[in-house]
Amino acid sequence: MPHFERLYNFACWLTQDRQEAEDLVQETYAKALKGFSSFQPGTNFRAWIYKILRNTFLTSRTGLKATATIPLDLEGDDETFPAIKETPESILLQRADGQLVQRALEQLPVAYREVLLLCEVEEMSYQEISATLAIPMGTVMSRLSRARRALRDSLRLRFQAG
Amino acid sequence: MVCEAWTAKLDTYLDGELPEQEMRAFDAHVRSCPSCSADALARVQMKRTIQTCGKRFTPSAEFRKRVQQSIAPKPQHSFSLGWVLASAAVVIAMVAVLTSTYVGTRSDRDLESRDRVFSEIADLHVATLASSSPVDVVSTDRHTVKPWFQGKIPFAFNLPELQNTEFSLLGGRMTYLDQTPGAHLIYDVRKHHISVFVFQERSLPLKSPASLGENSLSPKNLPFNMETWSQGGLRYFVIGDASAPDIDSLAKLFKAAS
Repeated sequence: MPHFERLYNFACWLTQDRQEAEDLVQETYAKALKGFSSFQPGTNFRAWIYKILRNTFLTSRTGLKATATIPLDLEGDDETFPAIKETPESILLQRADGQLVQRALEQLPVAYREVLLLCEVEEMSYQEISATLAIPMGTVMSRLSRARRALRDSLRLRFQAG
Repeated sequence: MVCEAWTAKLDTYLDGELPEQEMRAFDAHVRSCPSCSADALARVQMKRTIQTCGKRFTPSAEFRKRVQQSIAPKPQHSFSLGWVLASAAVVIAMVAVLTSTYVGTRSDRDLESRDRVFSEIADLHVATLASSSPVDVVSTDRHTVKPWFQGKIPFAFNLPELQNTEFSLLGGRMTYLDQTPGAHLIYDVRKHHISVFVFQERSLPLKSPASLGENSLSPKNLPFNMETWSQGGLRYFVIGDASAPDIDSLAKLFKAAS
């Protein structure tokens, strides 16, 4: 089964529940098998199967709840961001330990969490992310930028809180 | 600030997603700017931390097995007489349809594979002439070229005597058509190059090699004249941009020599 372990990891991050993640992965493979004829050879298989998983998640109860309570994109996707000069404090924050980062990731809105995971953990190119999330490349870049900023802000707060 | 423009693109740079030229410019800048290099280092560390703590969940062996079983094809065990009879009827009908389709399309398929063989021959001719060393045995003497093929191809053939003709032999090389070895000879006539290919007919990728025909042709979509025939179990192809009568003359010389 291609990408099985990675898909399961991604599903756990999306659902934040192991049982739900198992159901999600199982349903994803069943759908992929059933709809394999819709896969166009020569296109990206990984993006295709991640897209199935993500769409299945978004229509699940947890997925609907996650996207209903937190708006996907508060800001316009074309917005350009002012450059943030990293202060020594924020550099220190970026050296925060794994547990702190893990908790901050868990708390991020699902749209930010998924784009960060696809980029950093799955090491997908912007083009693959664009195909997986079915959004334009420009949106991938701006969403990633916002996700990173949100993570930094969250870490800063956690750090200050001790 | 001077570095503002760089900082805005720092993440894209670290993701390796900037155009090549910009990546190089960035490399140079980051190396020379202490502020940006410290910033880049911190962001790389952040990326690594996310990467490490992002790979957190591992599926259990039981779950893997369950998914494997759920997507494996399920064997059918229960049959009723009705189903067996119905399936048999469907199979018989399908065999009948397939047989008639096969008979109906066999000639079409032969034509398709014939065109494919012609197209491969044309490709071999063009690719060889485009090469900087088109022949492996360079000789105008047929008594040198013919023995050169000995032990390289699983058959023997005769080369025509060219005295008192306008043709001259440039040399020969081994060639392959669908993994079948054959001989490739190159001739010259009034500055036109003509290729002669010889293969064992039974090794060619065709159900009925006779479908290749026995005469001169201008195959569809090929800007060459070509002649092909079968003689003594061998299949000959003569191809080139020379005129059809020239191709035909060379073909006749080969036919007479064999």
